[in-house]
Amino acid sequence: FVALFLLLHNEMVTGVYKSQEQGEVENGRCITKLENMGFRVGQGLIERFTKDTARFKDELDIMKFIYKDFWTTVFKKQIDNLRTNHQGIYVLQGNKFRLLTQMSSGKQYLDHAPKYLAFTCGLIRGGLSNLGIKSIVTAEVSAMPTCKFQVIIQTM
Amino acid sequence: MAVCIAVIAKENYPLYIRSIPAEHELKFHYTVHTSLDVVDEKVSAMGKALVDQRELYLGLLYPTEDYKVYGYVTNSKVKFVMVVDSSNTALRDNEIRSMFRKLHNSYTDVMCNPFYNPGDRIHSRAFDNMVTSMMVQVC
Repeated sequence: FVALFLLLHNEMVTGVYKSQEQGEVENGRCITKLENMGFRVGQGLIERFTKDTARFKDELDIMKFIYKDFWTTVFKKQIDNLRTNHQGIYVLQGNKFRLLTQMSSGKQYLDHAPKYLAFTCGLIRGGLSNLGIKSIVTAEVSAMPTCKFQVIIQTM
Repeated sequence: MAVCIAVIAKENYPLYIRSIPAEHELKFHYTVHTSLDVVDEKVSAMGKALVDQRELYLGLLYPTEDYKVYGYVTNSKVKFVMVVDSSNTALRDNEIRSMFRKLHNSYTDVMCNPFYNPGDRIHSRAFDNMVTSMMVQVC
């Protein structure tokens, strides 16, 4: 099942970039498009996953849910590290991120990594927004299969 | 069973409202609208309460002369409100709860439909049929 998701995800990325070459999508909008796709999927998924859970107490409770249940269901493995400064910034770190493990671990393809992370960023952002938290999610890769997602929560 | 079922979005506007008989629709709009305050009150009170009281089902919101109003809030802050005829005493709390569960399941299906835009009014036929089945069971 995860393999299917990986294949579909790869195709999605190539598909979006192909349509850019044909001029259907504006230059530089591909990441945004992938992110928006993730956003919508995240909204739907979180609706389904939280159906049987108790009501969340606070923000940290929600982040813990994303970190534990949401991540394990989507990627079939727990995320390795969750850190927070208790002021609305959370960092999720995955040492062997599923969507990146298939690529070579050299520095060669580092430039291409953001394409493959945009969807996941959207996934997190969509999930949080459906739970009532506005956030900005950015991904960061320093060495190949390791990546960090930084979640900045916007307080109103 | 139920005389009116409403789904209200996070931002407190109606996503779906159905009532029988249809000519009393305005009255039910009012009833549901008033109930939103009670929902808010219950949810904020629940945040401070003990851990074991954090269920999605809110129970009876308030009774009026003719009706009883029940509420349910999902984790995504979408509210379901159900108005039941108070002459119908056979209806247990557990049955109401299972009805809400069914409603929630159905709503989740709507939400996961890629052709549905979150925040729009619900026009799904499957959802409609499910609501109808809950409304006519006894009446």
